[in-house]
Amino acid sequence: MPNWKPDPTFYPSPRMAMQAPAEKLGYVAIFNVAGAKPDAMGVVDLDPKSSSYGSLVGRTEMPNTGDELHHFSWNACSSALCPYAPHPHVERRYLVVPGIRSSRIHILDVKADPHQPKLVKVIEPGDLAKRAGYSRPHTLHCGPEGIYGSALGAPNGEGPGGIFLMDHDDFGVLGQWEMDRGPQHLAYDFAWHLGHDTQITSEWGTPNMIENGVVPELLLGGKYGHALHVWDLRRRKHVQAIDLGAEHQMVLELRQARDPTKTYGFVGVVVSTKDLSGSVWLWHKEKNGSYAVRKVIEIPAEPAEPDQLPPLLKGFKAVPPIITDINLSLDDRFLYVSCWATGELRQYDVRDPLKPKHVGSVHIGGIVRRTPHPKSGKVNGGPQMVELSRDGRRIYFTNSLYRAWDEQFYPEGIKGWMVKVDVDPKGGMKLDPDFFLETAAGERPHQIRLQGGDSSSDTYCYP
Amino acid sequence: MTEPVWTWAALAGLGAFHGINPAMGWLFAVALGLQEKRAGAVFAALAPLGLGHALSVAIVALALALLTPLVQPDILNIGAAFLLVGLGFWRLTARHRARVGMRVGFGGLTLWSFLMATGHGAGAMLLPVLLRMKMGEAGHGAAQHHGGHLPHADDLETALLAVGVHTAAMLAVAGAVAFAVFRWVGVAFLRRGWINLDLIWAGALILAGLGSVAARL
Repeated sequence: MPNWKPDPTFYPSPRMAMQAPAEKLGYVAIFNVAGAKPDAMGVVDLDPKSSSYGSLVGRTEMPNTGDELHHFSWNACSSALCPYAPHPHVERRYLVVPGIRSSRIHILDVKADPHQPKLVKVIEPGDLAKRAGYSRPHTLHCGPEGIYGSALGAPNGEGPGGIFLMDHDDFGVLGQWEMDRGPQHLAYDFAWHLGHDTQITSEWGTPNMIENGVVPELLLGGKYGHALHVWDLRRRKHVQAIDLGAEHQMVLELRQARDPTKTYGFVGVVVSTKDLSGSVWLWHKEKNGSYAVRKVIEIPAEPAEPDQLPPLLKGFKAVPPIITDINLSLDDRFLYVSCWATGELRQYDVRDPLKPKHVGSVHIGGIVRRTPHPKSGKVNGGPQMVELSRDGRRIYFTNSLYRAWDEQFYPEGIKGWMVKVDVDPKGGMKLDPDFFLETAAGERPHQIRLQGGDSSSDTYCYP
Repeated sequence: MTEPVWTWAALAGLGAFHGINPAMGWLFAVALGLQEKRAGAVFAALAPLGLGHALSVAIVALALALLTPLVQPDILNIGAAFLLVGLGFWRLTARHRARVGMRVGFGGLTLWSFLMATGHGAGAMLLPVLLRMKMGEAGHGAAQHHGGHLPHADDLETALLAVGVHTAAMLAVAGAVAFAVFRWVGVAFLRRGWINLDLIWAGALILAGLGSVAARL
C-alpha cells in the first residue's frame, strides 16, 4: 500500500538530506570466502548510545552459496521526487542485493524488522540473461523511474557489459538500457547529472578478465578499462568516449557533483602502469557542450622491500596505493579516497574541484604498514568500500576488494573488518577508537549502506 | 452560452484540482526554475504545460460533442461510468514511466503534459459535468431537422469553451502554486505537504463514475 505522505527519507536536494537524523543501523554485504556456506546481509548497530554499538545485531543468510555479495542499493530513494516521474509515496523498504559471482539478485525487506531483513524474492541469473543479455551485476542505483544496474558482461563472460533496468514495484528485469552503445564495451560504475539528462559510465573488465584474478599481462598491456563514456540519459544513446590513456588502468568509481545543476564529477583510477601511482580525475562539461577530463589528484606508490611484497608486486619494489573507492559529501565539499594497498583513507577539500586540497588522512592496514586499529593488533586489508553519512560527519569502511583479487595483494588471506571515522566539519578526521567490527572467520565484508540513505545511495533533482 | 452556471464552476473547480496536483506540472515548472535559477523559467513552463493539458482534455470533450447526436444519453452515461471507474482502479496500480527528462523544450514539455493528463484520465474526469451540459440537446434537435447525425457547431463551441475554462483554472492554480513554492515556500515543503494526490485522484475518478450513473437513476 502506498504512503499517504512522501517517504520521510526522501529529500528534494542534497543539502536538505544533510539535515537528516543520524543513522542508527547499517547494512553490510558479507561473503563467505570459500563459497562453502551462504553469504549474508549483516546489520550493524551504529547508535553510539547503544550497548551493542559497533557490532552485528542481525544477519540474513542467502538461500544459496557462492553468490559473492558485493554492491547493493535501495529500491527507491530521493529521485522519486523528480518532477518528470513523480511517485514519492513508494517506500524505501527493500535492499536489492546482487551476487557478483552468481548473478543472482536478492530482494530483502527491512520494514517489519530492520534488524532482520527478510528475503522476499530472488531473481535468477537466467532472468537477467534472457531479458537483458547481461551477467555479473555490479552497481545498482535507485533512479527516477526504476532501478538501474550495471553488469560486467554477457553470460559467457565476454563483453559487452552495460546497464539493465528493473521495475521498482515488482523487481522484474525490464531489459537492456542501451539503445545505442557506440564503442562502449567494458562496464563498471555509472552516475547521473539528473539536471542535464546525462549519464557517465566507467570501465573495469569483462568477467573473463577479472574472475580468476588480475591478469598481469592484461594490466601491463593496458587492456583493462581506461575510458569514461558520456550518455544521453533519455535517448539511451552513447554521445562521447573519453580516453584517459592506456596506462591509467581501471577507471572505476564515479561520484558526480551532488548538486544536480552542476556538470562535473570525480572518478578514481586504480593504478598507472607507468609509475604505479593512483589518481583521481575530474570530468567536466565544457562551453561547447562536450565533456573533458583532467587529473586532479595523483598519489604516488610507496617504496618497499621485495620481501614485504606479494609475488605480484615483488618486481616493482613498491606498493601502489590501489585506489578502489571514492566518495563525495552531499555538500560537494569533501572527497574521500581509499588507498587499499597502502592502507590509507584520504580526505580532500574539493570546493574548488580543479584543485583538491589534501586535508586529512587515516591509516589502517596496508600491505607493508599493517597499521593497527586502537582496538586491535596489526590488521591487513585496507580502506576499501567507503560510505559517508548524509550529514558528512561519519565515515564507515570495510577492507575486502573482490575475492579473486584479495589473495593477490594480501596472500595470507584478508581478515575482514569494518571501522568508523569521525569527521571534523572543517576538515580532518580520526578513527573512532570504540568501533572495530571483525567478521567471522572465513567471511569478508564489502559494501555498506546506511539506514535511511547515505552519501552515495540517492540522486537528487533539485539543487 | 446557455449552460447553467454550476457546470462552468464545476469545470473550473476540476481545473483547480488538476492544477494543484504536482503530477500535472507545477512541480516541473518549479524544478526548471531552480535548475536555471530564474523565475522566468517557471512561467515559461506554464504555456506548454497548459497546451498539453488542454489537448488531452479537448480530445474527450470533442469526442463527446461528436458522439452526442449519435448515441442515446443513457448509453453515453453508462459508458462514461465504466470508463471512469476502470480508470480509477487502473490509476491505483499505475506505473511511473518517464518519457522526458529535465532538459525539455516547448514540445517536450507539451508532450509530457499531454501524456500525464491522458494517463491520469484528466479529460475523463470532466465527463460527468460535460454530460450535464445542454450541448447534446441542440444536437439532437438538429439531427431531427436535417435527418443527419452531424454535431452542431454550437456544441463544438461549447466543448472548446469548456476546455478553455477548465485549462485556465488549472493554469491559474498551477502557476500560483509553482511561483509560491519557487519564491517563498521552497521545495522542502514537498517532504511534508505532498500528500498522495494519486489516491485522491483515483478515488475522484471512481466517484465521478458512480455519480454519473446515480444521476440517471
